[in-house]
Amino acid sequence: MHDLTGRLLYCTANTEKIESEGTPLSKKAAMIGANGNLIRKPIQRWAPLFILPVFLSFCIGFVWPFIHGIYLSFCNFNVPADAKWVGFENYAKIWTDAGFWNAFKNTACFAVVTIVLINVLAFTIAYALTQKMRGSNLFRTVFFMPNLIGGVVLGYIWSMIFDGILKQYATYLTANATYGFWGLVVLVSWQQIGYMMIIYIAGLQAVPEDMLEAAKIDGASGSQTLFKVIIPNVMPSITTCTFLTLTNGFKLFDQNLALTGGMPSIMEGATKVNTTELLALNIYSTYNISKNYHGVAQAKAVIFFILVAILAIAQQTATSSKEVQQ
Amino acid sequence: MAKDNKIKKYSTGSTILTAVFVVICLVWVMPIFEVVTNSLKSNNYINLDVFALPNAESFVGFANYLTGLTFGNYPFLKSAGYSVFISVVSTFLILLCCSMAAWYIVRVQSKFAQFFYYLCLFSMIVPFQMVMFTLTNTAGSLYLNTPWTIPVIYLGFGAGLAIFMFVGFVKGLPLEIEEAAAIDGCGPVRTFFNVVLPMLKPTLISVGILELMWVWNDYLLPYLVLDITEYRTIPIHVQYLKGSYGTVDLGATMAVIMMAILPIIIVYLFCQKYIIKGVAAGAVKG
Repeated sequence: MHDLTGRLLYCTANTEKIESEGTPLSKKAAMIGANGNLIRKPIQRWAPLFILPVFLSFCIGFVWPFIHGIYLSFCNFNVPADAKWVGFENYAKIWTDAGFWNAFKNTACFAVVTIVLINVLAFTIAYALTQKMRGSNLFRTVFFMPNLIGGVVLGYIWSMIFDGILKQYATYLTANATYGFWGLVVLVSWQQIGYMMIIYIAGLQAVPEDMLEAAKIDGASGSQTLFKVIIPNVMPSITTCTFLTLTNGFKLFDQNLALTGGMPSIMEGATKVNTTELLALNIYSTYNISKNYHGVAQAKAVIFFILVAILAIAQQTATSSKEVQQ
Repeated sequence: MAKDNKIKKYSTGSTILTAVFVVICLVWVMPIFEVVTNSLKSNNYINLDVFALPNAESFVGFANYLTGLTFGNYPFLKSAGYSVFISVVSTFLILLCCSMAAWYIVRVQSKFAQFFYYLCLFSMIVPFQMVMFTLTNTAGSLYLNTPWTIPVIYLGFGAGLAIFMFVGFVKGLPLEIEEAAAIDGCGPVRTFFNVVLPMLKPTLISVGILELMWVWNDYLLPYLVLDITEYRTIPIHVQYLKGSYGTVDLGATMAVIMMAILPIIIVYLFCQKYIIKGVAAGAVKG
């Protein structure tokens, strides 16, 4: 067995040597493959079984809708079959859409508030739970639990609670945009703190024990250890969690729909503006205004996609530059 | 002796910390506690004061649960059945097909496989809103708009993350084992199911939990794709109760919510180790 592996390795090494001397690059890449032909060729014959089902569903569930969606954002349509090309008209309409800009402002504020709130609280809880403490496993279980409940159900539970509280002041949740906004902040914090806590706990447990000991021997105070030793070491977790809360905030839909549904709405000139709407919900409700707005909704979706994509790329860059440093 | 050690281990400071956390945790479970208590109260008393505990007058036992079963002009158990079917079949499909595809991508490394992999990575950053209108239309024209066929759409839209995670793991598998199997006369299909799949078990659990939670809690995709008058999942069912908020029987609604979240909480308490690990592994998804 050992002998055989050795020979195989030798063969691979040999072919590599030959390749590097004179075969075209593309062929070389295909032949080396890191695998050798023993495994590769037979699998390739079974491609219809291994990769075709996913590829087909992927085309149905993602590729075609995506391309079609970009095309339709330049069209006026009721159903996709009767689409008429209108160029950038839909995008121009967004520019003057008060509802969209209000949703954009809400989303940005919401993202900033939840990033700070969730990360600070989650880190504090994670830090406390990694100390020697009775029952920390039980506490962890409790904090994580809300994460498992779906956004729609969460929205319903919290709207009952908020309405119950506000009733004592003779008002209700959808009476005021401020209530709706902060209600959503509380709901999402309750849901996500446990999740971020888990990531922070993993990060905190990976802080090297000897570093902590060295700090202790050198007589560092508690806060010095925290800021000079622990936080620099959990920086990767902080980056991950910050971007997760950021993208979660941008993509939030179910909770928004179930808690306030964008209510209350006000009239700004001739347009109706749903004051507690975030971007994702605004796209959805634009589609439902009338058939004249289908194209506009799709154009908003494209802008939304570009925003989320920029955030994701920024995250990748930030994470990989952190990795290089270490 | 053992007891002595334990007493020494925890200082007074940590006892105070424990006490503080007990209080915080009680506040933390308050919303769920409110659902439980209100599901046992009659509607009039809930409207009077949400936070009052059930007493002799307001306590109605399980009457709300009985009403809840047929509440909202749609039987709860029917939507629960659709939810279970869709999430189990979708998760199974995603696990099976995506692990096979990931193995193919890593071991074959053809141009097509590479291209497909990058396409999967790309799909991970695309929000659902981008494709939702066109996906609904495509699903309708291909007859994928029933609970029996919707798992195909979940497979398509969920493939990105699953393939990404599986590829990451398959790359770390030693090639020698598969080569040995091949030399012993094992075809690709048997090699995959008897050799590769057992080694993938930890990733299968992680991805399975992630996908299961996603599909189970998903509201918008089934709402847009399915014919709502005929087929509802639990999130759709709950949202429909919410639609007529204020006029509805709040007690029965709370009972429905209780029935919706109780199974999840029980499953969570039994497999929390796997769930927490799986969810943390999925943190890579931006």
